[in-house]
Amino acid sequence: MSDDMDFEEGGAVKKFMFVNRKAPYGTVYALEGLEVVLISAAFDQDVSLAFVDDGVFQLVKGQKTDGIEMKNFSPTFRALEGYDIEKLYVERESMEARGLTEDDLLVDVQIMSAAEIGDMMAQQDVVISF
Amino acid sequence: MLHIVNKSPFDTGSLASVLRVAKKDGGAVLLIEDGVYAAVKNGATEASLKSAGMPVYVLQPDADARGLQSRLMDGVNMVDYGGFVDLVAGHDNVQSWL
Repeated sequence: MSDDMDFEEGGAVKKFMFVNRKAPYGTVYALEGLEVVLISAAFDQDVSLAFVDDGVFQLVKGQKTDGIEMKNFSPTFRALEGYDIEKLYVERESMEARGLTEDDLLVDVQIMSAAEIGDMMAQQDVVISF
Repeated sequence: MLHIVNKSPFDTGSLASVLRVAKKDGGAVLLIEDGVYAAVKNGATEASLKSAGMPVYVLQPDADARGLQSRLMDGVNMVDYGGFVDLVAGHDNVQSWL
């Protein structure tokens, strides 16, 4: 079996990047994307997350969702480390246009320029966008 | 007229359209859902909201959900759900910009 999608046989490890470009509560993309990231952790692949455009808002500290009766899923980002998902990249241009700094974010990330994010994207085997 | 915006200004042009088109006299802007991101301090849309020429309201539960409690620009008015109802009742008409 040379099927390189054969994860369970210890087959090829692929580089997966999840690109998050949506704000957390106005649509369901952000929550669904995070669910897929957690699932991907089960397959021992090389997983990274990029936060671009409004996706940066997913990482803002201090989210309190009682008033809109939705689940606050932002603490889950801090749990990703426990699943060996530690590559979180935030595009500096997107962050700054939204009035945010690294101190406003609830988890340790690498801040990158748009060009650096683009370089990382180009190195991936699979890019999945939410 | 009360103009309600529920989309991020970074994602769609609805807020920009409100600020371009809306009649200032008797007008007001209410930011809800992802629309509240327009009022983030030091954000790209802060200046355009400051010069809106109309009162700007932000729905507090939506701002809180997004972690913006202490990150909003000066000069916007926070309202709760009851305040939302009062704004609708207090204007002759309402437009939700989708």
